[in-house]
Amino acid sequence: MADIRTPEQELARFRGRLAVAGIVALIGFGLLVARFSYLQVVRYDYYSTRAEDNRISLVPIVPNRGLITDRNGTVLARNYSAYTLEITPSKVDDLEATIEALSKLVDIQPKDRKRLKKLMDESKSFESLPLRNRLSDEEVARFIAQRYRFPGVELKARLFRDYPMGSFASHVIGYIGRINDRDLERIEENDDAANYRGTDHIGKSGLEKSYERDLHGITGFEEVEVDSGGRAVRLLRRTPAVPGNNVILTLDLKLQEIVEKAFGNRRGALVAIEPSTGGVLAMVSTPTFDPNLFVDGIAPQDWDQLNTDQDKPLLNRAIYSAYPPGSTFKPFMALGALTTGKRTPNQALADPGYFNFGGHRFMDDKVGGHGSVDLYKSIVVSCNTYYYVLANDMGIDAIAGFMRPFGFGQRSGIDLPGEAEGVLPSPEWKKKRFKRPEQQKWFGGETISVGIGQGYNAYTPLQMAQGLAALVNNGVLYRPHLARHVVDAKTGERRTIEPQPLRTIPLKQAHIDLIKRAMVGVNKAGTGARAFAGAPYEVGGKTGTAQVYSLRGGKYVEGRIAERLRDHSWFIAFAPADKPKIALAVLVENGGFGAQSAAPIARQALDYYLLGKVPAGIAPEDPAAEESAEGAE
Amino acid sequence: MNPRLDPRKWLHFLLSPLDGPLMVLILILTTYSAVIMVSASPERLGTLAVNAGVAFLAMWLAARTPPPRLMSIALPLYVLGILLLIAVALFGDVSKGARRWLNIGITRIQPSELMKIAMPLTLAWYFQSREGMIRGRDFLIATSLLLLPVGLIAKQPDLGTAILVTASGFFVLFFAGLTWRLILPVAVVGIVGVASIVAMGDTICQPGVDWPGLREYQKHRVCTLLDPTSDPLGKGFHIIQSTIAIGSGGVVGKGWGNGTQTHLDFLPERHTDFIFAVLTEEFGLVGALILVVIYILLIFRGLFIAAGAPTLFSRLLAGALTLIFFTYALVNMGMVSGILPVVGVPLPFVSYGGTALVTLCLGVGMLMSIQRHRRRVGT
Repeated sequence: MADIRTPEQELARFRGRLAVAGIVALIGFGLLVARFSYLQVVRYDYYSTRAEDNRISLVPIVPNRGLITDRNGTVLARNYSAYTLEITPSKVDDLEATIEALSKLVDIQPKDRKRLKKLMDESKSFESLPLRNRLSDEEVARFIAQRYRFPGVELKARLFRDYPMGSFASHVIGYIGRINDRDLERIEENDDAANYRGTDHIGKSGLEKSYERDLHGITGFEEVEVDSGGRAVRLLRRTPAVPGNNVILTLDLKLQEIVEKAFGNRRGALVAIEPSTGGVLAMVSTPTFDPNLFVDGIAPQDWDQLNTDQDKPLLNRAIYSAYPPGSTFKPFMALGALTTGKRTPNQALADPGYFNFGGHRFMDDKVGGHGSVDLYKSIVVSCNTYYYVLANDMGIDAIAGFMRPFGFGQRSGIDLPGEAEGVLPSPEWKKKRFKRPEQQKWFGGETISVGIGQGYNAYTPLQMAQGLAALVNNGVLYRPHLARHVVDAKTGERRTIEPQPLRTIPLKQAHIDLIKRAMVGVNKAGTGARAFAGAPYEVGGKTGTAQVYSLRGGKYVEGRIAERLRDHSWFIAFAPADKPKIALAVLVENGGFGAQSAAPIARQALDYYLLGKVPAGIAPEDPAAEESAEGAE
Repeated sequence: MNPRLDPRKWLHFLLSPLDGPLMVLILILTTYSAVIMVSASPERLGTLAVNAGVAFLAMWLAARTPPPRLMSIALPLYVLGILLLIAVALFGDVSKGARRWLNIGITRIQPSELMKIAMPLTLAWYFQSREGMIRGRDFLIATSLLLLPVGLIAKQPDLGTAILVTASGFFVLFFAGLTWRLILPVAVVGIVGVASIVAMGDTICQPGVDWPGLREYQKHRVCTLLDPTSDPLGKGFHIIQSTIAIGSGGVVGKGWGNGTQTHLDFLPERHTDFIFAVLTEEFGLVGALILVVIYILLIFRGLFIAAGAPTLFSRLLAGALTLIFFTYALVNMGMVSGILPVVGVPLPFVSYGGTALVTLCLGVGMLMSIQRHRRRVGT
């Protein structure tokens, strides 16, 4: 560049550079146009979708949860609208100070604070969490007047779940609670995440859980145009929510209530089934709990109390606890004897009061025995010896094979979560149950215990009721169910849950009739006679006692044994005998002899169900049953 | 009749300094700007009109000023600019983390804006004064004159303006005959540098890696450009949203006033630096092409004026000013469409903003003056 050029050369060079500049400019603009074409033509679809996504926000409309009613229309679970004070922890600078200031306007109990703390541990900080539910009108007014002071605190009108019957039928109805991580996982697995947008409660137990799909409904959406700050600018489209279906139960709440009151403060369970459909008329488990406590996050002290209570109120004994059936097993054994041809109705046994087997003497309850015992009498007087011998004659495989179709030791498939299997003992079961080879071997003596419903036998009250229902329904076994109809809340259209016959057990009508007659005899002249004295309907029954504590041959004297080690008391019953409308099983934990505490509860249930008789107030203990300790069951 | 009241004379007085083609193009651009502003920010239309009025006045005044006069104010303007930049460094107001503004009592001014005009003027003046005996050291001196204010501006920091001022100075050097032997290696190094930054974006954009000579936010801008999704809610948000606006406009656009990105507030600075995204969202590729064509016409008119300019000073000035318009347009559209880093460069004659419009119109006015005076000052 050091060379000096003439002005002409200079000008020529300058114009050359202008040409270069022009070309560079054209290339530059060309690149830009290429870029625009790429964005606006090639990738138009992508970016236009992105712009739409930006623009449109879906705001979920949470559907109203369906109602649960009993067979007569009594509402067991409903919703009501109320104001709740919600707080979003991430938007609040000083949570303590805010709550303190709020407590000047709204009544905030220490329990509310504790619950909030628990919810905060369980959820993300940007979620809005309830601090106080069900605000009074006055509290609402006071808060609104000063809401500007509380950023991050909102008043929300929300539907609350309410269980108006309180603790009645609480195990059946179950409860809803806030969705936690486990629920979320399940929702995702079921591909339901979209339907649960905006929903913060889900069925946690009982029917609320098993009918979640029906009760929840379909979430609606509002398509709103939003700005970059997320504020809704314009409503574009609205898809209303479809409210959840109502569930009408086979349950009769009055029956349920009478039974629960009849239990008083005793622990136990009752299941009553309509034999011809499998519909559950009552399902009681005591003690009960108040499901309302769970709806918005249970307060820690309530939770501790329910959880540590040694009576285990949260446990649904009717479907989860399995007990040896005791003598309630005998009618089934007798039917098995007839069906397998091991006994004829008239074949009698001379009962010496014991049965010797393998060097062990199995005792009858009555010292000296019942004399000559045929099949009918064996049930009426509950003769143990008859069944020791029978069990030995049948053998364990035949017993298990006969019992299995009745549903013993299997989940019934009832529409409730958390059902237990129970144990129908057999050599195969024992092999699976135990690890060590010496424990896996089945002993003949064990068969003999099984024959009278003790030993490894363990059935839930539901299984006993289901088995009895199948027996009195001439061998047709229905799947037990609690829901009778599912009703579309909008159209009123009813979908009936059809009774589902699972199987027909091949039984001879004559055999069934004989067993039923013998069970009627139990309540006329046998162990149930006292409880059913004067009943104007014909009722079949059977008492039973489940051993909690082995006496090792010693004599059982109730007063000497700690309450929780006392025998469980069973009673199974059906009525009317000719065409049974109800079959039930009652268990009273540590209730002693079946005739003593369980049978009177069955009596009250049947009196109500068949006669409409409602006992006055809480049913008193039958004093006669207290003294009854006579003979075998 | 009083000649002062003769409307035809008045019209001649008003129009004679102006260059017809340039004036038409500028009017189209400002009309375009107003049309977009109606959609993007209608409440600013009034101010836009006032700004345009002031800018046109500045343009008219510049157009009336003969090139020798322009040459004579070059050095004083430059010295004033340097002094003001020093004053900014010492007493300037800090806004958004940068010290760019000087409060002179009645208003706040941004002296770096002045340098965009003063720089090409001064360098053109310098080369004019050395006409016929330009040597290598003249380029060294010119480079020093250039780097002094650029250094001060970069220090503020205001990368966008520093780049524009550097460009304006470089264009003078380029037209003055800076040898290709210096230009090409720098261009090659630059291209290789950019390419390597793009290639190694993942490594050098890791937090904790310091870039010598650049501030954290400048590093961030480049890194965000390389991968806008790395910071979708922060720095990347602008680029992501503006590319969505452009892309979703398609060929013919969503229609005037129907840009969802614009109207739902997703576009940042939609009336200033990102106004091009509004234009393309609502008028599509067609709208963008119209704008590009106008710019090309403007630039070729400028280059044509430069080619016919009589003196070295006016040639250099006309060439440099024209390329500054090009640089503005290229950098702005490049950054809005996501191929250049976001530096605060407005879309020339379209973005809202009085200072930039006045500066650009001053430049156009100077071009007009050069065109008008090409015959009177003989070679």
